[in-house]
Amino acid sequence: MSALSPVPDRSLAARFSDRTGTVLRFVLVTAMTFLGLLAITFFIGRIVPIDPVVAIVGDRASQEVYDATFRQLGLDKPLITQFYLYVRDVLTGNFGMSLSTGRPVVEDLARFFPATFEMATFGIIIGVVLGVPMGVIAAANAGTWIDQVIRVLGLLGYSVPAFWMGLVGLAVFYAGLGWVAGPGRIDIFYDGITPVVTGMLTVDALLDGDVDIFLNALSHLILPSAILGFFSLAYIARMTRSFMLDQLSQEYVITARVKGVSERAVIWKHAFYPIRVQLITVIGLSYAVLLEGSVMIEIVFSWPGIGNYLTTALLSADMNAVLGATILIGTVFIVINRTSDMLYRVLDPRSR
Amino acid sequence: MSAPLLQMRNLRVTFPGPRGPVQVVKGVSFDLGRERLGIVGESGSGKSMTGRSILRLLKPPAKVETDLLRFDGMDLDQLSEKQMRAVRGARISMVMQDPKFSLNPVMTIGTQIAEALRVHEKLPRREIEARVITMLEQVRIDDPRRVVKLYPHEVSGGMGQRVMIAMMLIPQPDILIADEPTSALDVSVQAQVLDLIEAMIAKNGMGLILISHDLELVARYCDRVLVMHRGRVVEELAAGRLHEARHPYTKGLLAAVPQMDERRAILPVLDRAAEYET
Repeated sequence: MSALSPVPDRSLAARFSDRTGTVLRFVLVTAMTFLGLLAITFFIGRIVPIDPVVAIVGDRASQEVYDATFRQLGLDKPLITQFYLYVRDVLTGNFGMSLSTGRPVVEDLARFFPATFEMATFGIIIGVVLGVPMGVIAAANAGTWIDQVIRVLGLLGYSVPAFWMGLVGLAVFYAGLGWVAGPGRIDIFYDGITPVVTGMLTVDALLDGDVDIFLNALSHLILPSAILGFFSLAYIARMTRSFMLDQLSQEYVITARVKGVSERAVIWKHAFYPIRVQLITVIGLSYAVLLEGSVMIEIVFSWPGIGNYLTTALLSADMNAVLGATILIGTVFIVINRTSDMLYRVLDPRSR
Repeated sequence: MSAPLLQMRNLRVTFPGPRGPVQVVKGVSFDLGRERLGIVGESGSGKSMTGRSILRLLKPPAKVETDLLRFDGMDLDQLSEKQMRAVRGARISMVMQDPKFSLNPVMTIGTQIAEALRVHEKLPRREIEARVITMLEQVRIDDPRRVVKLYPHEVSGGMGQRVMIAMMLIPQPDILIADEPTSALDVSVQAQVLDLIEAMIAKNGMGLILISHDLELVARYCDRVLVMHRGRVVEELAAGRLHEARHPYTKGLLAAVPQMDERRAILPVLDRAAEYET
């Protein structure tokens, strides 16, 4: 750059390199986290007392067959080479075959994860849409009966076991009132009609333009999602309440009141804006937990989700499936964490 | 002196305590015209509570009672919350101690100042923007067009306090309560901020209540001084006549101020043993 170059140009260049630096750092950190995840799953795969060779050939195979498979799996190579091969496999989407389903693990995950994703997304929407306002209202009315009612609701969500809630929910709303559909993702006579695009039945039905199937899938989805939502609601409302109480005791809330701002705007604007950043962390974590798949809910509702898949794989010592699902869940956590980090920058001027 | 703009009679503020209710303000009365009144006292003397009670900012469990709280013909203690909001900011305003905490961290300075105007007057956006800029110029901020886009953490303490003053004066109130407005600032900018407050008050012909623990400072910027101690006004003095103080507490305070031209081995401390109960 010439010495005569005007100042705005330089600051623009500086800002550009700043942004490039931020993006580079972001990518690097994400990549390192992912590598860490792979290292851990690799390590777990080596130390569990399951012999991968026996898992394939069975314990009555001859020594020759055993040795051949041992070499075929690359177990005779140095550990670092094995890790390299493992990373390469994972990056090319090769998680090996699942022993229990007989299909490639990747295919299984592509079938099971969308079911969980659909339920979790619905659940977190319910949890946020109800939980955040509940927390804010509880904080604004701290100590009154409104606060108490919300606290009790939250406590219920916290302490009632999921399977019980699922069973009672089914007994009341499905068997009793008939408001919702029963277990499973879809009624049997609608099954397999919708072409699979996203793997989420409600979305696929909409894409296909089939309203009947959409409504049917929705009536299957609503109860388990609502129960999941209730759990995250309990946590989100509690955290929102405590964040809000924190803000409402700050000086700038008094400043806003001094200016003559209405109490509603004091609460929803002045006190709520600053807590959005904290809420993102809470919501992101709740969402990640839901995406992990709630085994209890999935079993009660015969939901073919990732929690169900992972549990079945664990019980049958299906290591490829377990590791594949673990990597998927780990990736979900990484993605959600990185997304909330990005949202921080947008919402909090102090972190820019 | 002008006719009393604000009259307060027998203000009492009570908080529930573990051993029964605690009265932190025990019957404070004063009149305020378009003049500068100082309230001094140590921490816990009830001076801030007095300031906040005027704007009815204390929330339950605090209990605030007055025999009379009249401002410009309105009984503030009788107003509905909505009527009270029309008084806050527009008629009586308040500058607080530390701009680091009293400005909203996630809203730009421009938005916050504009809001103070917008809640009271329906004005076109352009006019609001123009008035915000003018106001910032009045509080001697250079380059106001840049400053309105900044967030509070991006400005210094002195500048933050000038922003605060701009925000509180933009709806042109009649009374400004300044609650320790310079205690959180560097000594070098304290005088700047106080001079600014003084100038703005004089320019708009407003009343000022300057709350501080600093006797000298209050004497310099006010016409009249109330000395508060343990929830009571123990002495009322014209600012130029501090040395005529008769109450032992005020005398004690004055005696504890070190002098430039003297050499005392030990500064006297307030005689806490003789706490003048009632």
